[in-house]
Amino acid sequence: MDLATILIQLLNSVQYGLLLFLISSGLTLVFGIMGVINLAHGAMYMIGAYLAYAFVEWTGSLGVAILLGIPVMLIVGIVIERFLIDSLYSRDHLFQVLLTFGLILILNDIQSILWGNDTHGVPIPDMLNGSISLTDNMSYPVYRLAVSVVCLALAIGMYWVIQKTRLGMTIRAGASNREMVESLGINVRTLFTIIFAAGVALAGLGGILSAPLSSVYPGMGDNVLIICLVVVVIGGIGSIKGAFWGAMMIGLVSTFGPVLIPSLSSVMVYLVMALVLLVKPRGLFA
Amino acid sequence: MYNTPRPISLLLGFLLCVLAFYPLYGDLVFGSKASFFMSKLTTIVIFAILAMSLDLLVGITGLVSMGHALFFGLAGYVLALASPEYEAASIWYILPLVLLCCAALGAVVAFLTIKTSGIYFIMVTLAFGQMGFYFFNDAEFSGGSDGMYIMLKPDVSLGGIQLLNLDEKQTLYYLSLACMVFVYMVLRMILRSAFGQVLIGIHANEHRVKAIGYNTANYKIVSFVIAATLAGLAGFLAASQYGFVNPSQMGWHTSGYALMMVIMGGAGTIFGPAIGAFVFEILHYVFESFTDHWLMLMGAVMICVVLFLPNGIGGALLSLVQKKETTGEKNDG
Repeated sequence: MDLATILIQLLNSVQYGLLLFLISSGLTLVFGIMGVINLAHGAMYMIGAYLAYAFVEWTGSLGVAILLGIPVMLIVGIVIERFLIDSLYSRDHLFQVLLTFGLILILNDIQSILWGNDTHGVPIPDMLNGSISLTDNMSYPVYRLAVSVVCLALAIGMYWVIQKTRLGMTIRAGASNREMVESLGINVRTLFTIIFAAGVALAGLGGILSAPLSSVYPGMGDNVLIICLVVVVIGGIGSIKGAFWGAMMIGLVSTFGPVLIPSLSSVMVYLVMALVLLVKPRGLFA
Repeated sequence: MYNTPRPISLLLGFLLCVLAFYPLYGDLVFGSKASFFMSKLTTIVIFAILAMSLDLLVGITGLVSMGHALFFGLAGYVLALASPEYEAASIWYILPLVLLCCAALGAVVAFLTIKTSGIYFIMVTLAFGQMGFYFFNDAEFSGGSDGMYIMLKPDVSLGGIQLLNLDEKQTLYYLSLACMVFVYMVLRMILRSAFGQVLIGIHANEHRVKAIGYNTANYKIVSFVIAATLAGLAGFLAASQYGFVNPSQMGWHTSGYALMMVIMGGAGTIFGPAIGAFVFEILHYVFESFTDHWLMLMGAVMICVVLFLPNGIGGALLSLVQKKETTGEKNDG
């Protein structure tokens, strides 16, 4: 590999890592604060991607798709939290697993009823459909850079909200001691609804943003869910910082792994997870 | 729970008889479909074994594994890979080999995951299950996503005399049924033993069991290995029945279905998950017969079970029997 290829691969891995972080941050947030494991997180990503497809078909603009898609995802999140997740807080994780697994089956079928089983593509917006030349014959697509910028901005925004605002303070407090926060007069129930909806919206946004990068197809959420679980396990459940570095690590491994050791490419990510578990059973940042 | 209440034992005995005598009345009741239903029943019985093996982890030891299908699928792959190409493998070496492989992988996975608990354990087992899935899905030697064929079913003969012919549907049916009863007995025996009591203790309160001086990690690892081995037995039977194995058999959806069978039937009751397997697969068959979107209905059933029947069918039966017993005692007094 020459330097330019390495550079492009590096950019790719950072971009993939940032996107993974965007999606897994929702998963780790919901677990860390609410103690809920949401297996349907990948399905939310898929719904986001299909919404992007539908809205772009309808309006022709990915920007509009984002503006319309996020509120839809928030509503989906609120409905699921209020009607299903709400009754599970005091119960074993086992039931959360089964309920959200059931939800996946339902959402997958809704997707196939609404949009069929074909693979769809979403065009890259014209404005971002160029590429920046790095060397004489190598260039990098602008859209990928734009996605990275958006993800990075959201990561910084999330850090700011959680560390510097009053809402973030309640979130952190609610994560460490729910009863205490409640006794101080804060409505934890509403807080949980907000967080769950935010988690769903993050997954959905991840889906919308990646729709133009990869095609939109049935069951696309499954793979993403598993990779996000690996990211969260590596980083330490509930840790946003961990999700960030975990995602970066997986981004690097899954971009460079297939090039360096092709025979192990499919299981590389899991080997990294196994290694981390051996050294730090509770994740790197837990 | 040490002993199954008498009414439930009777019910289980009755259900077992219904299954055992199926070949006698199947033709009369189902006519031309009888043979199809016998294959279906074989599949369900095999799933019942898988569900019971998972119950040892979920219901008894309190380890919720979302990667149990890994061992179910691995068994099929070992059978396919270790069988000679043009002749049937002898069951006397292939079955122990299959079980040994599942136990070995079970030990490795257990060693890596056992330090984690709760939600972490769920996530990690799920990830390891998928690692197996992608490994076989992308590997050329195992046929990629198409999987592998097992051309000739394992040969069960002793001293040159064939004891069982697994190509016969009825023989395989009875073999699976016998295995189901065997696995049930093994699990009941484990439950009654001192070892099983420690597992139950770990489920109830691991810290206390540790404080008494037990090395709980070792107990959990052994429990995981036993469950993996029994799942391997189910996988061996399944691969023998279908005549092929593919990655989706070890995918996490299969693990999810197995977990659903356990909860639907009642975790921790051993007999419940077997009933759960029957109910789950019968619902599957019924839904599938009238809609393409049967998975959606299964999903709805899952959600309903979680919300309204958390102790499963087995739990409901037990509380029904116990209620009767207590009211009976009151009447006596």
